[in-house]
Amino acid sequence: MSVTFDPSLCVSCGACAAACPGTLIAAGDGAPARILYPGDCWGCASCLKACPARAVRLYLPPALGGRGGLLSYGTEGGRAVWRLERPGRDPVPFPWEPEGEGDY
Amino acid sequence: MSATTLETVCHRTDVLVIGGGTAGCAAAWLLAGKGLRVTVMEKAAVDRSGCLAAGVNAINAWTGPGKGPADYVEYALADAHGIGSRELLLTMAERLGEAALFLERLGVPFHRNPDGSWASRSWRNLKINGGDIKPLLAACIKGRPAVTVLERVHALSLIAAPAPGASPGVRRVVGCVGLRLDRPELVTVEAGAVVCAAGGAAGIYRPNNPGLSGHKMWYPPFNTGGGWAMGILAGAEMTTLEMRFVALRLQDTAAPTGTLAVGQGARQENALGEDYEYRYGNTTSQRVLAWRRETEAGRGPCVMRAGYLGGPARRAIVRSYLHMSPLQALRFLEGEAALADGGEGEAPRDTAVQIEGTEPYVIGGHTASGLQVDAARATTLPGLFACGDAAGGAPQKYVSGAIAEGWIAAESAAALLAASGGARIAAAPGGHQGAGGGDAGPAAGEAAEAVRSLAERFLSGPGPVYSEADLEEAMQKAMDAYAGGRGSGYRYGLPGLREAEARILGIWRLSGALRADTLKGLSKIWELRERLVVARSLVAHLAERRETRWPGFGEYAEHPGEDERELSFVNSRLADPPLLPPEDLADHPPVTLRRSLADGRVLPAPGGGRGATRCP
Ligand SMILES: Cc1cc2nc3c(=O)[nH]c(=O)nc-3n(C[C@H](O)[C@H](O)[C@H](O)COP(=O)(O)OP(=O)(O)OC[C@H]3O[C@@H](n4cnc5c(N)ncnc54)[C@H](O)[C@@H]3O)c2cc1C
Ligand code: SF4
Ligand code: SF4
Repeated sequence: MSVTFDPSLCVSCGACAAACPGTLIAAGDGAPARILYPGDCWGCASCLKACPARAVRLYLPPALGGRGGLLSYGTEGGRAVWRLERPGRDPVPFPWEPEGEGDY
Repeated sequence: MSATTLETVCHRTDVLVIGGGTAGCAAAWLLAGKGLRVTVMEKAAVDRSGCLAAGVNAINAWTGPGKGPADYVEYALADAHGIGSRELLLTMAERLGEAALFLERLGVPFHRNPDGSWASRSWRNLKINGGDIKPLLAACIKGRPAVTVLERVHALSLIAAPAPGASPGVRRVVGCVGLRLDRPELVTVEAGAVVCAAGGAAGIYRPNNPGLSGHKMWYPPFNTGGGWAMGILAGAEMTTLEMRFVALRLQDTAAPTGTLAVGQGARQENALGEDYEYRYGNTTSQRVLAWRRETEAGRGPCVMRAGYLGGPARRAIVRSYLHMSPLQALRFLEGEAALADGGEGEAPRDTAVQIEGTEPYVIGGHTASGLQVDAARATTLPGLFACGDAAGGAPQKYVSGAIAEGWIAAESAAALLAASGGARIAAAPGGHQGAGGGDAGPAAGEAAEAVRSLAERFLSGPGPVYSEADLEEAMQKAMDAYAGGRGSGYRYGLPGLREAEARILGIWRLSGALRADTLKGLSKIWELRERLVVARSLVAHLAERRETRWPGFGEYAEHPGEDERELSFVNSRLADPPLLPPEDLADHPPVTLRRSLADGRVLPAPGGGRGATRCP
């Protein structure tokens, strides 16, 4: 339990299923992607990074301190941009602002 | 899927690498560079598999300016309270710098100082943006003509043939049988040498997080000790399983604390606001002990506190966790957003994050559990090598050490092929002759047949009352309660260990009746049984080391404190190894033995005059 798919964004490419280190996802078979073994998910975000359509989102289960937000991943101009998505709110992109070289 | 039949497809190669994780990719890369044909058998896909699937934000094994391999050896041995092999550590440490350079050349971004040198957290630790380290590593083997990558193939059993000249019962490893997860097919790979790089084992103990969050653990839940189980059943010797790794991690997400501790200077603090870290010593196990003792004394919860951090530091922390532990990064992002809204949240802004110990894992890359290997990373079975988390005897390997060991194992596998007449069995037309004279042909056929009938039995309905998940829960509960899991305060005693063993054997018998209706289901049954095989040997090791050497990782009730008579390796092997998973595991008990810390030789009268001990 911790990934969710947006069927309206999914282009059924199968990349998330190919990436999952636990082979937990079914996708690329014409139907929208879905997780077959939700209780087996490690939460590694490999499926997010594989998805070209921001259709996979990661959430933190409430037992782990989750507050109902979703994390998504995409690239903009070759750079990774993560996004915190919350119902009824504007998404918060991360990095919060452009980063300097080497600041850590 | 009722009455599924499995096709068998055969491959031949020079070297088979089981597990395409960190060490496996490094091994395959080196072998391909030597002009050998390599086959990598990987349960998932090499782009994102094993420990590195989520990424890492540091190279934890390195020797910085003014330090050398010998310093690393001393550090690792001291941290392990003396249990480790100097020779294994040194041969690994000599190549840590090369491993870091290798990663940079593959395109892994390293942080740099203003003068252009690598930015480090300490003399052993380099900062990287390693969120995509695994696909970069995989790219060095994918698409090379010499390398065949078999993805979504779960390695089920070794193929072994009688070894000419070896003592009776010792088999020569000549390949492996795997199960394809995407079509009903068994894959047999015959090879002149086999490298086991299948990682360590998570999921043996009841995990900290419950129910549907049960896999939100630190170590990858998909590393299930499969390489070890195959090795144990084939008769390979195991070492130091009793040195379990309990990680001190951020609460709930089990994310590493180093980013805050080493990166931001955060300190551990108890609920009274006291900095308690150095009350207990500074080895890895003592740091876990510190959290436990403070909590047991009612001074918990304990936190990592870094104080108020400004914007760039906060951003750096979130970014750093995004490169390694996305769930913790999400927790911080949600906390920051809540604070921005005027609410409350756990955020890097005022870092005080709760910490806790995890359930025990069994691994060879932090602690020293795994297949017994010599300096060449040869196991006790001819033809089988091991590296990374799968190989024992050398703690504190991490990413760079796993790469170094992958290279060493690969060089030794190549040397074995060269010594046996340069036999490139892949090139020998129609030849069944494995390197070194082992006759793989009939052995491969027999192994494939035996695995097939067992696998097809699991795939034939109807299912029993129990599921594989039920039995996994029973195993985890037994190990938690009787073999020193978190639920029993990491404490164990001999009567409890006997109870754990009896339960493991009972669960094994029940597992023979499990049924699956998908290939993934079959793979999950196999994973359960891999864990049971490892758990059983682990219990024998816990019973045998009659002392408490790493109190943070576990305490032996009858034997508190370190005992200098125990300054040797605890090893084990099955007296009568069945090769394939047997009907009754009770028929194949592990026998423990001791090896010298100094030179690895078997000690005739181990542990200060005691004889080798049978499993309790
Ligand atoms: C969450 C986490 C964070 C870490 N952070 C750091 C860090 O910041 N810095 C650092 O230096 N180290 C870090 N480490 C440690 C480091 O990642 C490991 O020590 C190292 O990657 C282990 O490499 P390996 O090849 O032995 O195992 P893995 O990379 O896990 O490879 C094992 C492979 O075998 C495959 N496999 C398993 N069973 C089978 C089977 N039966 N058949 C086929 N394939 C199989 C798995 O799918 C996997 O691909 C971290 C580890 C974890 C878990
Ligand atoms: S988060 Fe990781 S384990 Fe979970 S479904 Fe995605 S890729 Fe698989
Ligand atoms: S990667 Fe994204 S678009 Fe492709 S199948 Fe998965 S969810 Fe759908």
